[in-house]
Amino acid sequence: MSSSIDSLVSKEYQYGFVTDVEADTIPPGLNEDVIRLISQKKHEPEFMLNWRLKAFRRWQTMQEPHWPNVHYESIDYQKASYYSAPRSVKPKQSLDEVDPELLRTYEKLGIPLQEQKLLAGVAVDAIFDSVSVGTTMRAQLAEHGIIFCSLGEAVQNHPDLVEKYLGSVVPYSDNFFAALNSAVFSDGSFVYVPKGVRCPIELSTYFRINAADTGQFERTLIVADEGSYVSYLEGCTAPKRSTNQLHAAVVELVALKGATIKYSTVQNWYAGDAEGRGGIYNFVTKRGKAFEAAKISWTQVETGSAITWKYPSVILQGDNSVGEFYSVAVVNNRQQADTGTKMLHLGKNTRSNIVSKGISAGHGNNSYRGRVYVGPKATGARNYTQCDSMLVGNKCGAHTFPYIEVKNNTAQVEHEASTSKIGEDQIFYLKQRGLSAEQAVSMIVSGFCKEVFKELPMEFALEAQQLLGITLEGSVG
Amino acid sequence: MTDAVAYVEQFRKFAASGGGGDDAPEWVRAMRSSALERFTQLGFPTTKNEDWHFTSVAPIAERQFVPLTAPSGDVRRTDLEPFLFAATERWPLAVFVNGRFAPELSHLEHLPAGVRVLPLARAWDEAPELARRIGTVARHDAQTFTALNAAFLHDGAVIHVAADRVAEHPIHLVFVTDRHAANGVSYPRNLVVAGANARATVIESYVGLGDASYFTNAVTEVVVDRGATLAHYKLQRESQNAYHVGTIETTQERDSHYVSFSLATGAALSRTNIGTVLGGEGCGATLNGLYMLDGAQHGDHQTRIEHAQPNTFSRELYKGVLDGESHGVFNGKVYVRPIAQKTDGKQTNNTLLLSERAQIDTKPQLEIFADDVKCTHGATVGRLDEVSLFYMKSRGIGADEARKLLTYAFAADVLETIENDLVRNGLEAMTLARFV
Repeated sequence: MSSSIDSLVSKEYQYGFVTDVEADTIPPGLNEDVIRLISQKKHEPEFMLNWRLKAFRRWQTMQEPHWPNVHYESIDYQKASYYSAPRSVKPKQSLDEVDPELLRTYEKLGIPLQEQKLLAGVAVDAIFDSVSVGTTMRAQLAEHGIIFCSLGEAVQNHPDLVEKYLGSVVPYSDNFFAALNSAVFSDGSFVYVPKGVRCPIELSTYFRINAADTGQFERTLIVADEGSYVSYLEGCTAPKRSTNQLHAAVVELVALKGATIKYSTVQNWYAGDAEGRGGIYNFVTKRGKAFEAAKISWTQVETGSAITWKYPSVILQGDNSVGEFYSVAVVNNRQQADTGTKMLHLGKNTRSNIVSKGISAGHGNNSYRGRVYVGPKATGARNYTQCDSMLVGNKCGAHTFPYIEVKNNTAQVEHEASTSKIGEDQIFYLKQRGLSAEQAVSMIVSGFCKEVFKELPMEFALEAQQLLGITLEGSVG
Repeated sequence: MTDAVAYVEQFRKFAASGGGGDDAPEWVRAMRSSALERFTQLGFPTTKNEDWHFTSVAPIAERQFVPLTAPSGDVRRTDLEPFLFAATERWPLAVFVNGRFAPELSHLEHLPAGVRVLPLARAWDEAPELARRIGTVARHDAQTFTALNAAFLHDGAVIHVAADRVAEHPIHLVFVTDRHAANGVSYPRNLVVAGANARATVIESYVGLGDASYFTNAVTEVVVDRGATLAHYKLQRESQNAYHVGTIETTQERDSHYVSFSLATGAALSRTNIGTVLGGEGCGATLNGLYMLDGAQHGDHQTRIEHAQPNTFSRELYKGVLDGESHGVFNGKVYVRPIAQKTDGKQTNNTLLLSERAQIDTKPQLEIFADDVKCTHGATVGRLDEVSLFYMKSRGIGADEARKLLTYAFAADVLETIENDLVRNGLEAMTLARFV
């Protein structure tokens, strides 16, 4: 068994290729001039530049946090380049105008843009490095009054919406990486769903970090107006690089009265090699604000990145609002993950549900860190948290750090966690039924994660299951 | 950091007076000095310190407590009766008033063969080898309050149960602070050693007479040798205005079992740290506790169970009942080292909030580095179950009474784990009187 395990464990990163596109890159370094230059290159109105500068000035006074349960060499922020746009970008009428090299990249990733239009009914706003290069189905969406474009375009075409909501959930002063992102963010996606509209298709974006030594700082803003519904998918893969790359993104969700936002992520960035060299540092701030009777649901499958450090959160501000968090985090080799969620119950009768599944293999370390806060006014708040960890091999670690803070006695908060080894008797049983060890592990892990996968849209659920298999196959022995 | 300055000045006086009147040996003096140095380096923790995130020690740090010296002498046996569980004279009893051994209130005549109970101030002459173990389990290099205790240590209890001996009756240590102790601080320091295959029960009671505002900073070191079983109850019933920091550090050898129970009902601000290292195969630890707070009380429990060897188990159940504007904190850590395969850990924390303004911060943590383990933890926070209330009402029990009975039942659940009948009955009666 062990030889096949070795071959599977040492499986190379499938998506490790570099697209040779001439990039328009600002020289490394970070100062106010760089920020002015970014803002100028993007033809931004003055309020954006001022906002970026405020964020940058605040960032300079902040310390990089070191409380998470992850270890990495310190980052030199002056060494990275803060803007990288494929030079061949021009406003496009159709996909035929997109650089064929780029299209081939997406094809290797298994997301043929061409086909998606027809087959999946998914509109894809593909982010190639920092500038949005192809947006599909915008016309169909426009019929419903839905705005789905790059944040850069939104700043040009809908500045009132951007000014009103940008930073309203994650202020520029929120934390070190959010401040950095606010100062230098290059692009991202913007969604606005008008009152009472149910978005007819799943919106999707594929992020991809391409040029070497460019930190990617996207910023996503989704606003669901009263009574609307939107489901948004985010998928991430990055090519193989030897040096670590920083990814400090910010995602803001605003669900107004009675609106529902479902945000799904499959993150499969390069995790570094077996010795922990290279790989992405994924330090992301994701947060949603749910107004009265609104619902925000986060689903994430984290299989990539050398370090994952993120806590998709929901501020349950309005009465009767609902927050959900479903997560699968897998670490193998030298990967480290410190992830979880924050549910802040402020309104009455707010509810939250957390299901977190952590799988550790190789030398990986997986931490669940969550905070459930029930404020004094959150009468009737309800939370249920379940976090389970599975350990595969004896060099890995699984950690649980839940914070439960309750300031209202009508609240009902429950937290359950368990950690266990992958069941040898289960593997034995499946092998005895004719499955290989790898198939058995894959099946057991799928079962372990089922509660989360069932929350994913179907296309994503399939991909997630495959990624899980690739990450874990053979790591059992 | 500046808050530590007053303590340095006090230490100078304390050292000049020959360590508060005793003639401690050279190694104790050296330990005090190095502990003071460490204390000044560490300073008082702030809420930025992860271990103190929910408990601000500013009320302690900003006050200037003066080390308590001689007790005023008006503590009578009858004052202690409420805390003694109507025990017979056969229970060895060591009473400490304001941190000093009080022989007239104690009775240590009926010690079984192989069991020694000595005041620390005598132990370093009479049992130097045993006393030398002070400072080896609870080290003063990391914890401010342990360092502060070590700097001022002068009295406490030293208990040794020889190998294969069974101490039939609980050994009760009572640390009483008298009515005149306002603004005073005592630093009890205890050592409990249970020899191989020994069995014993040790009770530490911290009680206050009257409602003075004083500070108790106690440290107890426990060694549970191969195959020994030690039940260790810490009962904190200080004055409602007092401050209490109590630390218990335990180290366990192969096949030993450490059974801890912690009760906290007293003090304006209390903090209890209980840590045990399961240092041999086949070890087990049971950590239970109950905190019942009211008014503006703040009660914090921190437990740490370190599974350091394979085939060990731990069970933990902490329950809290919070009323008034009280603030409860529970932070339980279960740590499993890479070598500690076959660890079996279970941790539960349930808190009942009786009033609108009571609050709880709970943080049950698992840190696991071995794969072949079974660890679970659970935490719940809530109020009384409406369905249970309805059921009792439907049986003709008034709403108010039903609420009281259910509250009592919630707390009694963990009291039932106490093995000693007198202690269990005594605490159950106390809890019943509190709620019913």
